Amino acid sequence: MSKPSDLVQGTLDLLILKILALEPLHGWALSQRLKQVSRDVLQVSDGSLYPALHKLEQQGWIHAEWRATENNRRAKFYSLTRLGRRCLEKETANWERISTAISGVLRLTEV
Amino acid sequence: MRLENWIYTIPLRLRTLFHRNRLDSELDEEIRDHLDRQIEFNLANGMSPEEARLVALRTLGNAALLRDQTRAMWNWNGLEQLIHDLRIGIRTLSRTPGFTLIAVLVMALGIGANVALFTVVRSVLLKPLSYSDPERLALIYEADHDQPHHTPWLPVDAGSFWEWQRSTQSLAQMALVSPFQGYNVSGEGGKLPEVVEAAWCTDNFFSLLGVQPMLGRSFAPDDDRPGAPAAAMITANFWKRRYASDPAIISKTIWLDAKPYTIIGVLPSTFVYSGEFGGGTDQIWTPVKHEAPSSLLKTYGDHEFQVVARLAPGVSLTAIEARLDALQRQIKSAHPEPAVHKGVIARTMLDDAVQNYKTPLYALLGASGCVLLIACMNVAGLLVARAATRSKEFAIRTALGGGRLRLIRERLIESLLLSAVGGVLGLMLACGALEWLIHARPDMHRVEAIQFDGVAVGFTLAIIVLCTLFSGIISAFSSGRGNILAGLQEGSRSHSGGRSRALLRRLLLSMEIGLTVVLLVGAGLLLKSFERLRSTDLGVPVDNVLTLRLSLPNARYKHGDQKAAFFEQLIERVRALPGVSSAGLVTAAPGEGWNGDDLMSVVEHPPLPVGQGLDFMLRGADPRYFSAIGLPILKGRTFNREERLERANVVLISRGAAQEFFPGEDPIGKHLKAIDGSGVWEVIGVVGDVRWNVSKPPNPTLYWPIYGNGYGFATIVVRAAHDVESLAVPIQKVVAQLDQDLPVTNVMTLREAVGKSTVDSEFDSILVLAFAIIALVLAAAGLYGVLAYLVAQRTVEFGIRLALGAQRKALLRLLLFDGLKPALVGLLIGLPASAGVVRLIRSMLYQTATLDPIVFAAVSGLLLLVALAACLAPAWFASRLDPMRALRTE
Repeated sequence: MSKPSDLVQGTLDLLILKILALEPLHGWALSQRLKQVSRDVLQVSDGSLYPALHKLEQQGWIHAEWRATENNRRAKFYSLTRLGRRCLEKETANWERISTAISGVLRLTEV
Repeated sequence: MRLENWIYTIPLRLRTLFHRNRLDSELDEEIRDHLDRQIEFNLANGMSPEEARLVALRTLGNAALLRDQTRAMWNWNGLEQLIHDLRIGIRTLSRTPGFTLIAVLVMALGIGANVALFTVVRSVLLKPLSYSDPERLALIYEADHDQPHHTPWLPVDAGSFWEWQRSTQSLAQMALVSPFQGYNVSGEGGKLPEVVEAAWCTDNFFSLLGVQPMLGRSFAPDDDRPGAPAAAMITANFWKRRYASDPAIISKTIWLDAKPYTIIGVLPSTFVYSGEFGGGTDQIWTPVKHEAPSSLLKTYGDHEFQVVARLAPGVSLTAIEARLDALQRQIKSAHPEPAVHKGVIARTMLDDAVQNYKTPLYALLGASGCVLLIACMNVAGLLVARAATRSKEFAIRTALGGGRLRLIRERLIESLLLSAVGGVLGLMLACGALEWLIHARPDMHRVEAIQFDGVAVGFTLAIIVLCTLFSGIISAFSSGRGNILAGLQEGSRSHSGGRSRALLRRLLLSMEIGLTVVLLVGAGLLLKSFERLRSTDLGVPVDNVLTLRLSLPNARYKHGDQKAAFFEQLIERVRALPGVSSAGLVTAAPGEGWNGDDLMSVVEHPPLPVGQGLDFMLRGADPRYFSAIGLPILKGRTFNREERLERANVVLISRGAAQEFFPGEDPIGKHLKAIDGSGVWEVIGVVGDVRWNVSKPPNPTLYWPIYGNGYGFATIVVRAAHDVESLAVPIQKVVAQLDQDLPVTNVMTLREAVGKSTVDSEFDSILVLAFAIIALVLAAAGLYGVLAYLVAQRTVEFGIRLALGAQRKALLRLLLFDGLKPALVGLLIGLPASAGVVRLIRSMLYQTATLDPIVFAAVSGLLLLVALAACLAPAWFASRLDPMRALRTE
């Protein structure tokens, strides 16, 4: 599979929320983590991360804050809000329901 | 998003709204940080510095696009774009200040006229009257369709009224009112004597309308009887003006016609009674049974009243009308005298007040609507032309990925800016126009109800939106259609480009010209009608004649001989004044109104059937009135000095009366007998016809001596060689010498009096003419614009043609025809449309046919002439082109 399918692309928000639920991260670290955990299957271009992050921030699901990092630099760290956590739970349940259903369909054997 | 989320994100939203610059720089920093970290990561993976940077940039993608996409996620993004577009719009418009100014002014005129007329129509015609439950109030009139000289809305006699009231007690409350009375208010306590208009009414009149006095009390049944103590109510206006708003006015005495009255109440300032027969200027109200002579209260033949009814819930106007009509027929059969009317008609009180203004006001509103439509089309045309000159810019922007919607939005915003500024200016114009109208037309019914309010502002906003959409959408869809390539190519070398856009403008223009034709025809007809009205022959020369009116109070001048003596003494002194060429007395000068009629029979003729009579309009005159006013005595003689008081049994009749009632015989020496038996008069002369109202044909008229016949009022008619106005003060002094308390009213020249009665016609025709002229100028500007644009677009083509030997004259002809085509099409649309539309204003025309061929021909001629003039300049310019220069214009 060279390109991630649209379905997976549409769940980018869910992935971001899940990763940020584990620990607050800045944009670049988030992109690295995404590649890492999905073992490069989900090739989200670094660029498309930012519109998604800003959208989630404007919706109040994640919170952004500038923090100092190594070498006297600073970066914008994103963390999950209470609202975001609730949303993540809902979206996760949703996703599991759908994926179970789809897997069920795909496991049907031809008669 | 749920409310909870919304509240949660408020601080964030505020930050996004107010700290956009900081957010911008933070976004930049965030992206830079990302790049830096990626580069470090790549370096750590063993890339060269150059390679590390390039790979990092590649994995990130288009940074500028990324920034825009991210920003698009922010809240308030739409608002930001709107502000941005507004800024662009203002900048583009201010780059062409001439265009902007013209477009804004055009819009301001169109919107202003519409808002003003909308407000007038709403306040005057539609707003309910300021009484309680006004929709249940009606006016009831008598009707008598067999009498050609009468209007169908006839006043009511008291005898019939009492019967109506008795038989409809369960259906309606009814009040009697006579709004055309008047009193001489005596000078007291240093105040001047004056004549005020007044009304008589039954005691239930104010309670029926639901009007509460602001001070004191209303009439009670006990005030409204013949022997009651005299009581009067005054209007708030009169109270403020004459009594300086004295709070202790109640129970004070006012002297009316030299008799004392007690002021019992002050009417609220909102109270205005405006009916078909006037009353809006009445300042004193008195109880009718106390005031009117007992004979008038019993008669069925003398019609001095209006009837106001409040219908009971569930009773319809037609039901009460049918009931009273049947009753009136019974009354007629019980009293077959000719003066008793046989039917009844009714209408709502609002209709009664504004009936005569409906057609003119709706016509004016329609005309101003046309002007606005033309203005919108013109602005749309101008915007289309601008879009055409910027087609290359639009093509490039589209090629670079500019969104189509964004481009359309820009056009809409441009037209919104024009309409909005025009609308605000228009609103101010409308305010000014209404202010002017209220002062210029106090004679108009309900003019006091005109009020600029929130609805008018809302209407303005609605018009602005409509104009924006209309002109914006037309111009938006004219640009950006078709493919981008064509736009880019056309821009590179334009030989015959932009024609499709010119087609759209021509279509707009044809419609514009069609509307202009309709307006011009309307204006032409109204002007012609006004001209007819103004040049109407009253029957006497109107220049250098002054009229003054006075009325002798019965309390001081009890007997006929006292009145006659006063009048004789007065007119002798007036004639003796230096500068007076001649002077006379009459009870109503030409054009001064109806002023009474009576039914007569001719003694020498066979008796008329019961219920019929010859209807004469009645005038009292002194012997030298006819020579003073310039009314020729065609046959016989005028009165002599002895024919006064009990010997005043002689009359002169008008030529019309002689022709109608004495066909083929000599009226001199015949005798007229009043149908009611009140006297016999000998006809001693025949005089010319005069009009009692400028717009009405002359009536058969009878003149008898004013010295006698009980007249206590008169109009002094004075003719001078020049400067007749300067005689007003000396004459008023003569009156004051004879009776200190006697006020003089209606001081005006005969020409002014005529002007007053044509003011409606003048007002309507001048306004419509103004609208038509604006429309014509706009249409001409549009024509000029389109042709000038076409010529500019085709300069090179003309250069080539000329270089190849084309005749300049042929080119001129070609272009003129090209330019005139929209005018011809517009004329073809406009003429039949006008023929249909003018039928709606037929009631406003006086002696003018709706399809007047001269007006239609003149309008066509004028329009073509103006169109030709508008086209001539660009066409001439094109035919004078220097081919070499034209070819080099690229």
